[in-house]
Amino acid sequence: MRVSCTVNGESHEADDVWPGESLLYVLRERMGLPGSKNACEQGECGSCTVYLDGVAVCACLVAAGQAQDSDVFTVEGLAEGELLHPLQQAFVETGAVQCGFCTPGLLLAAHDLLRSRPRPSDVEIREALAGNLCRCTGYGQILDAVRLAAERLADRPSTQLGG
Amino acid sequence: MDFLQPGTWSDALAAKAERPAAVPIAGGTDVMVEMNFDRHRPEALLDLTRVEGLAAWDTDDGPVRLGAGVTYSRVITELGDRLPGLAMASRTVGSPQIRNRGTVGGNLGSASPAGDAHPVLLATDAVVEVESAANGVRHISIGDFFTGVKRNALAPDELIAAVRLPAASGPQQYAKIGTRNAMVIAVAAFGLALHPAERRVGTGIGSAAPTPRRAPAAEQYAATALDEANLWDSRDPLPPSIATRFGDLVAEAAAPIDDVRGTARYRVHCLSVLARRTLLWAWAEYRRDETGKG
Repeated sequence: MRVSCTVNGESHEADDVWPGESLLYVLRERMGLPGSKNACEQGECGSCTVYLDGVAVCACLVAAGQAQDSDVFTVEGLAEGELLHPLQQAFVETGAVQCGFCTPGLLLAAHDLLRSRPRPSDVEIREALAGNLCRCTGYGQILDAVRLAAERLADRPSTQLGG
Repeated sequence: MDFLQPGTWSDALAAKAERPAAVPIAGGTDVMVEMNFDRHRPEALLDLTRVEGLAAWDTDDGPVRLGAGVTYSRVITELGDRLPGLAMASRTVGSPQIRNRGTVGGNLGSASPAGDAHPVLLATDAVVEVESAANGVRHISIGDFFTGVKRNALAPDELIAAVRLPAASGPQQYAKIGTRNAMVIAVAAFGLALHPAERRVGTGIGSAAPTPRRAPAAEQYAATALDEANLWDSRDPLPPSIATRFGDLVAEAAAPIDDVRGTARYRVHCLSVLARRTLLWAWAEYRRDETGKG
């Protein structure tokens, strides 16, 4: 089957899609967008988190055909050219990135949190990131990164959360 | 494998009648795992996410009619007041990403003994509305819905349309034991609803029997004990002895197994504690809520 959708504002099409494959597979293997990571394939790790029509989901649990005509947003859409999104910048500065495999999913989960809770409490951050596993950092620096990004974004009320 | 994507309910029923082996998929949080791990290759997927009206809920006729496609996230944000127990259970499901996709209808379709919604559905006397093209609508009371491990009372040509839940008439609780606070399949779970108008207590046990099930002896005991002590009217504190006995009877209703998540003995112990605590919590709320729903 053919699957057409918008990814990060651009139209994409994939042909010869097997109906049982996931949106994650389509993004990575058919559309050349490997930012969303493939790890657990069962919704446990959050590495493949994307927005599907504005809702944060695990792309590994979306059947390819379910994404037909949808609006998908992936980690590749966060930065503007060379300019990192404030969340990405904060992850870099706080050492929240080690091997980096979980980072795309954590960025999207954190982005989803900050667009609804610009000043999240630590409990809210933990709750929002509960579906994203990181095996390197111990999460401390990731929490630092989200706090830092929230601070910077809130200090600049005119700045859109973007992405 | 075919991918069927009906846009209307009648088209969905027609597709299921024509292809009874087609596997319905909504949020995909169970179905896609089976596919990703190559455990199951159905001849067709029947995508229900485009079916008009399936992701809606309404209260036109008293109880809440929760469309099969309503996600856990929406139960939490839209129905916390009307269905507090189900909203509590929904908060314990997976992670934000999973709650954004997973549906109560899907939970019923999978019919896992560990399904997070089931204990509350049992405690609140939910009714599952199913439909087929040939035989129309059937209402199955939740106590008759689960027929075995991951088996339910659906005929091959039927789809789950909705679940009907009476709006809460008293405090409700849900509690679950797992290894962490998120992304956990319950080791044991318990749902409880006080029904003050009928002077009874509803129960639902999860992850501790081949199917989710009620604890009838515990329900009977609570109804009698609370009534004899005139507690529904006095709203006096609940004697610990009643809560403890209730917990023991709930535990006796379970029939758990040893597995990777816990031993049968541990599950039974968990249930006695969860049942005792949730009854005490719900009763404390009932006492505070003198002018309210009770």
